[in-house]
Amino acid sequence: MTTSVDKVPEGPGPSGTASPHHPIRAVPVRHYGRWVSAVVVVGVLAALGAAFAGGKITWSTTREFLFNADIMAGAGNTLFISVASMVLGLVLGVTAAVMRMSGNPVMSGVAWLYIWIFRGTPVIVQLLIWWNLALVFPTMFGQDTNKVITPLVAALLGLGINEGAYMAEIVRAGIQSVDEGQTEASHALGMSKGQTMRRIVLPQAMRVIVPPTGNEFINMLKTSSLAFVVTYPEVMLKVQDVYTNNLAVMELLFVACFWYLVLTTVFSIGQFYLERRYARGSSRNLPPTPLQKIKANMFSLRTPGGAL
Amino acid sequence: MAGNLSKNPGAPMVKAEDVHKSFGHLQVLKGIDLEVRPREVFCLIGPSGSGKSTFLRCINHLEKINAGRLWVDGELVGYRQKGDKLYEMKDSEIAVQRRDIGMVFQRFNLFPHMTAVENVMEAPVRVKGQGKAEARERAQQLLERVGLGDKAGSYPSQLSGGQQQRVAIARALAMEPKLMLFDEPTSALDPELVGDVLDVMRQLAEEGMTMVVVTHEMGFAREVGDALVFMDGGVVVESGHPRDVLTDPQHERTKAFLSKVL
Repeated sequence: MTTSVDKVPEGPGPSGTASPHHPIRAVPVRHYGRWVSAVVVVGVLAALGAAFAGGKITWSTTREFLFNADIMAGAGNTLFISVASMVLGLVLGVTAAVMRMSGNPVMSGVAWLYIWIFRGTPVIVQLLIWWNLALVFPTMFGQDTNKVITPLVAALLGLGINEGAYMAEIVRAGIQSVDEGQTEASHALGMSKGQTMRRIVLPQAMRVIVPPTGNEFINMLKTSSLAFVVTYPEVMLKVQDVYTNNLAVMELLFVACFWYLVLTTVFSIGQFYLERRYARGSSRNLPPTPLQKIKANMFSLRTPGGAL
Repeated sequence: MAGNLSKNPGAPMVKAEDVHKSFGHLQVLKGIDLEVRPREVFCLIGPSGSGKSTFLRCINHLEKINAGRLWVDGELVGYRQKGDKLYEMKDSEIAVQRRDIGMVFQRFNLFPHMTAVENVMEAPVRVKGQGKAEARERAQQLLERVGLGDKAGSYPSQLSGGQQQRVAIARALAMEPKLMLFDEPTSALDPELVGDVLDVMRQLAEEGMTMVVVTHEMGFAREVGDALVFMDGGVVVESGHPRDVLTDPQHERTKAFLSKVL
């Protein structure tokens, strides 16, 4: 055994005499359970893979339609309707949250009613109600209602208004998470209520609002698949169009899964950077970006985690 | 820098007449009468729950008083008087009144999402409509005055308590107030950091700022204070020059309190 005296920290020990502390070389605890569970999990995964590989699935069909122009256009529509509905939901959500917290009982009552109705009924029902509005109001703004409520408008109203009810609660929780002292300090400086909300409270509330909103958005990307009931041409409608013709149901459903995964992955990455931005000031050190992590670990391959 | 000139020279900077305040059934202030003269350092002491912080918060209308009258620089706080009738001010009018009154809080209440210099320049830019470059330059000067010129780019979470409180003082000064309110400015600080904050306050007093200070720092009150009030149970128990009250209290309650804190 070689004694590595050179690794002992320089300088005298606490007692003043040089006490040679050898680095500890103990037998590490063996984690047998980890090995067993890993083998089991890998086994199950392999069995699943084998089952699908040998199943009645024509993977070439999946591959063929993966980048089909029609389906990609559908994915584009999915993205568009999700973003548009989310924007509408955000605007409605902030409005309803502020109304809900207002001292005016009519305002807070109306906001409560809005949240109660639209959070309490299924979004698919709401979509169908917007879609069939012509049955109640045959004309609207002097026009045939069916011309006003296009598939896009029905999908936007159905998804956006429903989202607003959820966002209202998220925004309210965010605003209420900001310390009252912040409002007082702002008021004491002579800032108005509006300025206090915009400049002081909301930016701090964002830290609490962004993570669940990211969640909501990813949910929205998937919930938008329900817009096929109002014949909005998002990716699910396109996929169904294809498989009612060629009967390759599973193959095409996998194509849809692929595009949803692409979209949700891209937005998860965006969410990471957004959260990082609003963490300014609240944490002394921002979490490293994946790129920074890679750079940091390149130079410390021997000591994983960077610790010495 | 003495801040804005008084609109009503000769008038007391703060005048309270029979000020009452209650939270629900709890009576916190039971008739406060006092006067703070311009350029005076006015100290409020007393046990916790005596109402001294509440009174301070009434001065800039963070709390609404229930009875009595309260004037700052000759103007009624939060109300307009026409004949015998009082009219409540709108929020925007109250905001205008508050511009001239700086406040420093026990828990600093810096805006955590802004750097030190951004904290200081926020109100001049938003409230006074100052240009950003000009406001930043002024803010930098103020930070240097409180000894934090090199911390302009730091976020509050990167500063010690004493540094945060000095930024908070700079932030209040940026509005060039004619009156500064201090609500136990050193109570949340580590003992070794108290001195830096008191030094800044002492310097401010020497420059002639009118200050109302709720404090437990009897040393500061004695050295810097021009007037002192001992409050307990929502009333003024004893008042006078700090040297007299602190060394030779007349009232039993004051004696008992001072024997515990001195």
